This record gives sequence, C-alpha cells and structure tokens, in this order.
Amino acid sequence: MDCRQGKLRLQKWYVPLSDKEKKKITRELVQTVLARKPKMCSFLEWRDLKIVYKRYASLYFCCAIEDQDNELITLEIIHRYVELLDKYFGSVCELDIIFNFEKAYFILDEFLLGGEAQETSKKNVLKAIEQADLLQEVRPALTGKAVIIIINILAYFHFIFLHK
Amino acid sequence: MPAVSKGDGMRGLAVFISDIRNCKSKEAEVKRINKELANIRSKFKGDKALDGYSKKKYVCKLLFIFLLGHDIDFGHMEAVNLLSSNKYTEKQIGYLFISVLVNSNSELIRLINNAIKNDLASRNPTFMNLALHCIANVGSREMAEAFASDIPRILVAGDTMDSVKQSAALCLLRLNRTSPDLVPMGEWTARVVHLLNDQHLGVVTAATSLITTLAQKSPDDFKTSVSLAVARLSRIVTSASIDLQDYTYYFVAAPWLSVKLLRLLQCYPPPEDASLRSRLTECLETILNKAQEPPKSKKVQHSNAKNAVLFEAIALIIHHDSEPNLLVRACNQLGQFLQHRETNLRYLALESMCTLASSEFSHEAVKTHIETVISALKTERDVSVRQRAVDLLYAMCDRSNSKQIVAEMLSYLETADYSIREEIVLKVAILAEKYAVDYTWYVDTILNLIRIAGDYVSEEVWYRVIQIVINRDDVQGYAAKTVFEALQAPACHENLVKVGGYILGEFGNLIAGDPRSSPLVQFNLLHSKFHLCSVPTRALLLSAYIKFINLFPEVKGTIQDVLRSDSQLRNADVELQQRAVEYLRLSCIASTDILATVLEEMPPFPERESSILAKLKKKKGSSKLPDMDDSRKNVNGNTEFVCKNNGVIYENQLLQIGLKSEYRQNLGRMYVFYGNKTSTQFQSFSTSVSTALQLNVQEKPVDPLIEAGAQVQQILNIECVSDFSDTPVLNIQFRYGGTLQNIAVKLPVMLNKFFQPTEMMSQDFFQRWKQLGAPQQEVQKIFKAKNQMDTDVTKAKLLGFGVALLDGVDPNPANFVGAGIIHTKTTQVGCLLRLEPNAQAQMYRLTLRTSKESVSQRLCELLSEQF
Repeated sequence: MDCRQGKLRLQKWYVPLSDKEKKKITRELVQTVLARKPKMCSFLEWRDLKIVYKRYASLYFCCAIEDQDNELITLEIIHRYVELLDKYFGSVCELDIIFNFEKAYFILDEFLLGGEAQETSKKNVLKAIEQADLLQEVRPALTGKAVIIIINILAYFHFIFLHK
Repeated sequence: MPAVSKGDGMRGLAVFISDIRNCKSKEAEVKRINKELANIRSKFKGDKALDGYSKKKYVCKLLFIFLLGHDIDFGHMEAVNLLSSNKYTEKQIGYLFISVLVNSNSELIRLINNAIKNDLASRNPTFMNLALHCIANVGSREMAEAFASDIPRILVAGDTMDSVKQSAALCLLRLNRTSPDLVPMGEWTARVVHLLNDQHLGVVTAATSLITTLAQKSPDDFKTSVSLAVARLSRIVTSASIDLQDYTYYFVAAPWLSVKLLRLLQCYPPPEDASLRSRLTECLETILNKAQEPPKSKKVQHSNAKNAVLFEAIALIIHHDSEPNLLVRACNQLGQFLQHRETNLRYLALESMCTLASSEFSHEAVKTHIETVISALKTERDVSVRQRAVDLLYAMCDRSNSKQIVAEMLSYLETADYSIREEIVLKVAILAEKYAVDYTWYVDTILNLIRIAGDYVSEEVWYRVIQIVINRDDVQGYAAKTVFEALQAPACHENLVKVGGYILGEFGNLIAGDPRSSPLVQFNLLHSKFHLCSVPTRALLLSAYIKFINLFPEVKGTIQDVLRSDSQLRNADVELQQRAVEYLRLSCIASTDILATVLEEMPPFPERESSILAKLKKKKGSSKLPDMDDSRKNVNGNTEFVCKNNGVIYENQLLQIGLKSEYRQNLGRMYVFYGNKTSTQFQSFSTSVSTALQLNVQEKPVDPLIEAGAQVQQILNIECVSDFSDTPVLNIQFRYGGTLQNIAVKLPVMLNKFFQPTEMMSQDFFQRWKQLGAPQQEVQKIFKAKNQMDTDVTKAKLLGFGVALLDGVDPNPANFVGAGIIHTKTTQVGCLLRLEPNAQAQMYRLTLRTSKESVSQRLCELLSEQF
C-alpha cells in the first residue's frame, strides 16, 4: 500500500482532547471516510456526532458536527473554505496546502473560530489575510514545481462544535 | 544569518518539506526527521543567539513534523519568544505553534498569557485578532481565568473594529463552552444582544452564535434577542439577492446567518406577542415558498445553501410544534425531497421527517409517505440512508400501520447490513409489543425475529417475550403451540431453544392433550437440542425438565434417567452438575404436593418499563444480565421511587427488602417486608430509622428472628412536619451465621409523597401562576432527556409524582401542566408545575412555582431526575 494514502494534511480541533485521542479518532475517521463510495450521501453518523465530508480532487475535507447542527450549511462551509484557498493561492492544489500549511491555518482562523463561522464574506476574509500579508516582509513562497501527481491523499479538518 | 530576500520565503522549510516528500519509505522519512530534529535542537541549545527569522523557521519546521504525526517535546519556549516579536509573521507563527501544540505547562501558560495580554492591549487590530484567535483555539481554563472578564469589554466597546468584535464574540463563545463558570454575565449581556442590529453582517453572524450558546444556558437573560432575530431574519428573507452583496452566496442571501438566527429562535417557544409571531410565520412561509421557486442557479452550492436554510426553518417549525398549517407544509416539502435525485436531500428528508412524525399535527401527513419510505428501504444503495428509512418507519408506526411496517422491517432484516441488524431487531421487538392488538401476532413476530436474525436478538428481547407470555394467560397456549412447532425445524437458533425451554416448562401442559405434542414428545424434542447448546441454555433446559416432572408425572422416569446419567451428574460444569444433582434429589424425595409448590407456575412479572427500550437507547455497552431465575431481582436507586410507592428497594445475597406505602395528606404508612433469602435463620434482627427533624417516623417492633426463606413485615408510620429534602435512612442489623450484618438503606420518603392533586380550570391556573411570580418562588431547570420521550410515560410519571394533570391549560398541547398541594403538619404549600418537552432537542424544561422557595427547589430536583 502506498504509505502516503490517507495522509492528514491539516487538522483543526475545537474540543480539548489529548494527542492520543486525536490520533485514534483521526485513524478511525480516515478509514471510515475512505471506505465511502462515490455517490453515497455526504453525511454519516459517527459515534454521537455527524460527519460531513466532501471530496475535491485528491483531497477529502471532513467536519464533525453535533447532532443539532445543519449538515448542508456545513457542506457549504467546506466549499467556502476551498474557495478561499483557491482565491488566495490562485487555483489551489494540494501542494499549496502542503508547502504553505501555515497559510491554510491562518485562512481557516479568519473564516471559522471556535467551530463557528466568523466571517462568511469571501472578500472580508481575504482582505484580512492580505492585510496581514502586507505586514510581512515577503510573500509566501509558492511552489513552481508541482509536477508530482499525488492521488488518494486526504486532508481533513475536524470542526467539532461539541464541548465535552 | 543573512536577511531574507524578497520571494525567498522560508527557504529552509520548503527544502525540508521537499526532502520529506521525496522520501521513498517510511524509514527514510523518519531518518530525515530525526536528522532535522537533532539539527534544530542543537541550534536552540547553541551558544549563538538565534535571530527571529531562524526561530520562526525552526518553529515552523517543528510544527510541520508534528503535523506529520510525530511527537514534539521541545521548541515551546522558542515559540513563546516569537509571541513578543514585533514582526507580524514571527508573532503569527508563534501563535500558530501555541494553538496547535498546547502544552499545559503552567510556567509557559503564564508567559503566553502575558504575551496575549500585551497584544490585547496593543490597540493594533491585527495583533488583537491573533491574540483572540489563540485564546479561542486553545480555550484552556487558565486562559479563561485570565481573560474571561476582558473579552466582553472588547466585544461591546464602541471603538472596537468590526473584525475584532467578530473574533471577540466567538472567543467568548469558546470560553463559555469550556469554562462557563468563569464567564461572568453582566451589564454587557444586553449590549451583546444589541449586536444583532449591527450594520456589519459579519459581526451579526459571529454574535448570533455567541447569543445562541448563552441563551441555551440562561434563556431568560436573552429573551429580548427573539424580536431582534425575527426582525433580522425577516429583512434577510425578503431582500433581493444582491442586496447583501458579498454575504449573498450563490444567489442565497446570507445563508449562514439565516441558519444561525433560526437556531437561536429554537432556544425559545413561539413568541407570545401576536405581531411578532405573525412576522415570524411570514418568514417561515417565505422560506417554504422559495423552495417551490425554480432555482436561480444550477450549481449544487445554490441548492445546498437554500435547502440548508429550509431545513433549519423546518426544524424551527417542528420545535414550535404549534402551527398545524406550517407543519403540514413542511411535511409535504420533505415528501418531495424523499424522491429527489440528490442522495443528501433524501437522507435529510428522512431524518427530518422522523421528528415530524412525533408531532400530532403532522403525524398523519408523514404516514402518507409510507410507500416511498418502504421503497427507500429496498432500493437505496447507501446504508446510512437505509438506516434513516428504518428510523422513519419506526417513528411513523402506529396502530393503523404497525402490521405492515413490522412485516417490511422483518423482510428487510433478511438482507440488512450486519451493522444495523441488532438495532432493527430491537425496533421490531418494541413495535410488536407496543402495537400488539392480539398477542399471537406478537409471539409470531418475535419467533420470526429469532428465526431470521437469531444472533442479533439480545437477551432483553427474549426475556421480554417470556415476561409477556407469563403475564398474559390468553396467549400462553398459543405460545406453547408455536414454539413447539418452531422447535421442529432441524436447525433452530439457540435463543429459540431458550424461549422454547422456558415456555414449554411453564405451559407445556396446555398442548399436552394433542398426541402430536404429548409430554414425551415435548421432552424428546427439547432434549434433542440439549447437546448443541451452551452451558447457560443447558442449565435453563434442566430447569424446564424438573418443571416437566411436576407437570407430567408420566415422564418422571425418563427425565430422572437423563438427570442420573454421568454426563449430567458428573458434568464438568459446576452449575450444571449442581442442578442435575439437586433436581434429581428433589424429584426423588419430595411428595407431589411439595413438588407442586416448589415448581409452581411463575407468578406474573411486575409491570415495568420495557427493558428493550432502554437497550435501544444505549445499544452499546450492554452489561451482563442476570440469570433468568432471578431476572426479577430489582435493586433500585431511590430515584425510581419518586413516582411510585411499591417495589423492592434493596437486595443482596442475604436479604431482600420490599415495600408498599400509602400516603394521605401529611401522613404516610409504609409496610416494609424483609425476606430472608438464605437457608439460615437471621438472629437479633433489629431496625432503626434516622431522619431529619422535619419528619417523624415511628416504627412498629419487628420480630428479632427471621426464619430461613421467611418474610416478615414491619409497619412504619410517617408524619411530615414541614418540608424537607433529606430522605430518611433505614438501618438494619442482624446476625447471620455468627457474623453481624449492618445494612443502611435510604427510604423513599420524598416531599412529593405528601402531594394532594388539585384540579383547576385554565383561568384559575393562570391567575395563581401569576400570583406565584416572585423570582424566588419559581425554579426552572432545563435538562437532557435520559429516557425515550414518550407522552404516556411522562403522564404516568407526573401522576405518580402526585399532581393533577390539567388538560387544555397550556396552549401547546405537547406541554404538561399540573397542580397539587403539599401537606405538612405546619403548613400547606400550593404547587404549580409546567413541563415542556422538546422532542427534537431531546430536552425538557421544567418550571415549578410554589409559595415556598425550598419546596420549589426540592420538587424540581426530584422531578427532573425522572425523565
């Protein structure tokens, strides 16, 4: 088996858990989500949470939400985040996220905080990030040599709105 | 280290990431990482002070290594140093590292908090946001302690930038979730509600989340948010799609904010103010109407966002459960989605309909979709969708369609995924019991269950069928005949053997007249399964055999031969051997009379809540269940006795204590039964009751000797002097085989036992409700349902609690309203209560108003434990 399959690209936790628990959950979730076939529904029950996931090319984006949360709007949270990455990196590819993982985190923090949508306007999020970029001495290094094609790589965010 | 040139970024980091990606094997990757870790460690420990850029780069590398799944145990100090850098990028990486790799090292937390404090005070919005994001991401208690009082100030200050307000709102929300006790409510709460009116939709979006969380905890403090939320929602749903500019998402106006506002409104009952209520109804109607309009875009994002709002609106309609018109419209809309080509929508429609099915207004409307749901069960390709279909069938089942639904579920069970079989079995068993008009159908259904999915039939299910057969004599003959026939199958499931053994042992005589099922035939049939069964089943069969000896003297010889065989008398299993020896001996020495007494038919089981229901609630972690012979053992917590007066309150190896009690006004009489379970006499048996001053308990003397197997009765007279909260304790002392035994049992004497129900008319109720409006007279509690939310069960519990249930008082028929008077010697306390179930949220709100604060408190505590 390709050792890169099911690799985690990004994770974000909105509940306090130990590293051990996080690893266990991650492993379990990656397996569950990878086992899903195309055309299946984007929601599944998992423990006492609901998983909402969507695949974009080689990346899976997953959110764990509480029972009462709205599945469809979560699906669009994923999409809006992808749009934000896309706009920022200019047609984002997985390599952008790998090499600029810190940027992916910063954009996420502007968009979501504490597991809730903070700013849903694309313009406003990007404005915040760009303002911050102006404060930087340098622009982020974009990789120009994205020739390696990687399939079956999994990026995965864990937005849990649950508080235990 | 040279200064960074433009476009170079963190070159070292990019090179490192490339290296890792070029590694051909896991081993090579680990090797490269270890090399890098060693390098970073030496740099950090080196004599030469590192500049900010290098620190940032190395910290970033550590972060990357951590994200690859490796443990990082150093570098925290360097990250903390970055926090106080003046360079934004360095500070940012420092915060990121802290956010991802929280370390509860108290020394560091102090330093981190210090840096955050400086940034919060910096008045530089970008720095403030970084600090707020960090608090929101980490959310630890230490941070809550340090900042919980500062953040509300930032949030409501007039000169705070919008983006900072947004971060502050969600930061506060996070702290409220992790350490609610540390977030002080105060004059800021009113101003937070006012943020719903803010010009900036981003601020409103963030604030709505915060207010929703706060309102769930203290609804009264945020009541005013309802009108503001309705107004805001109304403006959004009536706006043209371009009005909201960048907050319009694929032609849908502010979908996130709409969903959040609708969520907020679900914290409250329908608005009482008529104009507000009609405005909200208009909004909901508009949302429902929009669903019928042609889509403005073919993109899935458009339909998702639009439907996200629609589903949340339906959730609110269900939550209010008061507008039949809206409920039926919602149901019809969901009905359309049931046949939609998007799997996601079918899934959500099934899920949402489940809650609609429990509303009396829409139950019938939901039922009209039964054929579609059944076909979903058969044709959906995704197991999670089929699971939803099963749930919906279960929810829409009632007397009129139970036979069809149970039959469909049974036939689906034959091919169902293994992962959901057990749940389906439980559901079928519950429905069959709940809607059984004639119990022959029930028996058939359960036996079918065992035939189709024997491995998934848990013990509760077959215990239950036995309980029901024993309690209902009209079905016993049929049950005996049916199990007898089922046992004829060459291969039958062990669970069937258990049920068969038990039922034939009790009621085999009912079919023994037929030569095809004569006693000997019955015995041979059971015994032919014996060798294929596990030890517990064999033990059960042996008990059935001894019962046969009593029922049918003519097979005594045959059975004695079996018991006498070496494979029984010398069985390696102690339990089996003991049963064989004892049963054989019993059959030899006891007279027919004694046999008939010992082996008498099982008495009816006490009626109690179905154990299968409980099982369905928490399907996981089923504990070991007691052997069937003592399945009626019932060691109860006292909470179980709040709403009932009789039962077993204590049981151990030696002693069983049961009680019956009756109450009238402020007096009560309790009959306590002490049963000696052993074969030895109890000596020096004595009891005493310790109680608080507010209760008088007078004990009648009890016999100091309790013979083996005997039961003695003691009478306790109880008088309630004034209201109390501590329950009395019964102390029991006796000698058993030379050792002194001490047992202390809480007696279920609670304040509510002294209730006298009071019937009253609606207007009297409201008048009194208003009279009891002082804040200390009302106690309210919102809590999660621990049991299935069943109207009949709730009614029974409230009646058991002692109040009169008043129908037609509450405008919402799902709510319960009750009244009663607590009688004590010194005074009488009138009590009014209102219980509002929210089936969708699985929550209850319980409000008690009495003229005495301590009474309100205590009754609320007692009753809220019951649901």
